[in-house]
Amino acid sequence: MNTEVNLCGLTLSNPVIPASGCFGYGREFADFYDINILGSFSFKGTTLQPRFGNETPRIAETPSGMLNAVGLQNPGVRHVIAHELPEMKACFHKPVIANVSGFSLEEYAETCALLDAQEQVGLLEVNISCPNVHGGGMAFGTDPKSAAEVTKAVKRVTKKPVFIKLSPNVTDIVSIARACAEAGADGLSLINTLLGMRVDLKTRKPILANRMGGLSGPAVLPVALRMVYQVYEAVSIPIMGMGGVACARDVIEMMLCGASAVQVGAANLVNPFACKEMIEQLPGEMERLGISSLKEIIGGAHL
Amino acid sequence: MQYQIIENTQIAPDVFLLDLVGETSMIKAPGQFCQIAIPGFFLRRPISICDWDADGMTLIYKAVGRGTDALARMEAGDTLDILNGLGNGYDLSECGKKPLVIGGGVGIPPLYHLTKALTDQGVIPTVILGFNKKDEIFFLDEFSFLGVPVILTTADGSAGKKGFVTDALPEDFDYAFACGPLPMLRAVAQRCPRGQLSFEERMACGFGACMGCTHETKSGPKRICKDGPVLKTEEVIW
Repeated sequence: MNTEVNLCGLTLSNPVIPASGCFGYGREFADFYDINILGSFSFKGTTLQPRFGNETPRIAETPSGMLNAVGLQNPGVRHVIAHELPEMKACFHKPVIANVSGFSLEEYAETCALLDAQEQVGLLEVNISCPNVHGGGMAFGTDPKSAAEVTKAVKRVTKKPVFIKLSPNVTDIVSIARACAEAGADGLSLINTLLGMRVDLKTRKPILANRMGGLSGPAVLPVALRMVYQVYEAVSIPIMGMGGVACARDVIEMMLCGASAVQVGAANLVNPFACKEMIEQLPGEMERLGISSLKEIIGGAHL
Repeated sequence: MQYQIIENTQIAPDVFLLDLVGETSMIKAPGQFCQIAIPGFFLRRPISICDWDADGMTLIYKAVGRGTDALARMEAGDTLDILNGLGNGYDLSECGKKPLVIGGGVGIPPLYHLTKALTDQGVIPTVILGFNKKDEIFFLDEFSFLGVPVILTTADGSAGKKGFVTDALPEDFDYAFACGPLPMLRAVAQRCPRGQLSFEERMACGFGACMGCTHETKSGPKRICKDGPVLKTEEVIW
């Protein structure tokens, strides 16, 4: 069974990649298992300046999923480079994915340039789709023109492959995907969370302090599959597919829709061994389904 | 890790005692908690550990929503998937000379093993337990059996001293361990600036990955699940 995949020249031993915001900097999971079995992982979304994030509550449960409104809590890119990356080196020896957010084109560019210079960073994932921050994040990802501007601004200052992480909270994700591809993106990550909310029946007020938050978990899997499928038909750059992936079968389904690699988010939060179990289950599932090499099934669901 | 239910019984209105058999070697300190997967619900439920020994542990929880209601319907013999030994717990190396142990309602359970551990190291704390009213009282005798002075308060005066836990403080104390509702913790901090307070927060993972439960403190942002749930009184921003 061959589980190897490629992302813009980066060879991954398997397509399973913990998604940004659901894996911290890897340390907490390294206490549970040897995280070097992962294809790679996308570390906590990083901004130029440190951010505390939103007030709590930041988490609410939903049927088959959860809402989060963390709001990009992170210590800022300089602290990440000085402290988090060196500590990460102790538990993860493969190239890592640097996830970047910003509030202006200049911020995106400056943060990406700093991370691009780090040897540990294999590729950059530019988040233009965070639903939980105001005046930035998703605002760039809901309009093809500004999505293209961020892509160009980042590509201008980086040498490493740049993936743009897209929002599902749009009418037509294909137009945004095309705009990013035409602006020079090396790949696309999709989907970020879907904007949602819940109300506490006792207080009669929204549960989340931010009122709204991003929906993730198995509830969003079919939406993610549909969007990966649509975007795969529209662009020729590789896709990292994500949204509700919870088992090896979901990984295969996401790849059939067009994903070259698959990110796993919320599943890590309810089962810290989720990615390990998926990686271990993959060969068995491939055998049952008559798949000898995962690479060959990418986009296989397209007629 | 799998745990088998030995007992899951109601001990006060909406309050249940859950006795479990399973691995407990990962529990390092009183005040730590576990995350219980409840069949049919996506997120685990964080519950503080009331007591443990080599063979198993006791939890006390309140049924406050659909998840904990479903937990309350589980029976002896059923198994639960639990992430155990989470959070920092109380630091017993620091406890002053005359410590108080103060609990309100379902904040009381983790203080039981804490009180045991303090007496084991030769420190006899004064325990103050607060409830809303008489029929909500639980674990009063269990604390008394530990051989420590126990003061009972109820908000409506139907048992013990009328009022809140902070209305029943003894004259002489220099340290306070507490767990309970936020207004109670704030009142305790005002009366006793040295101590350790256990906080509650909505959380997802429970092991420090998602940043879903972060509180700002005087020593920087702290994840209640990983850097807490116990914070030093002096670092809390009110």
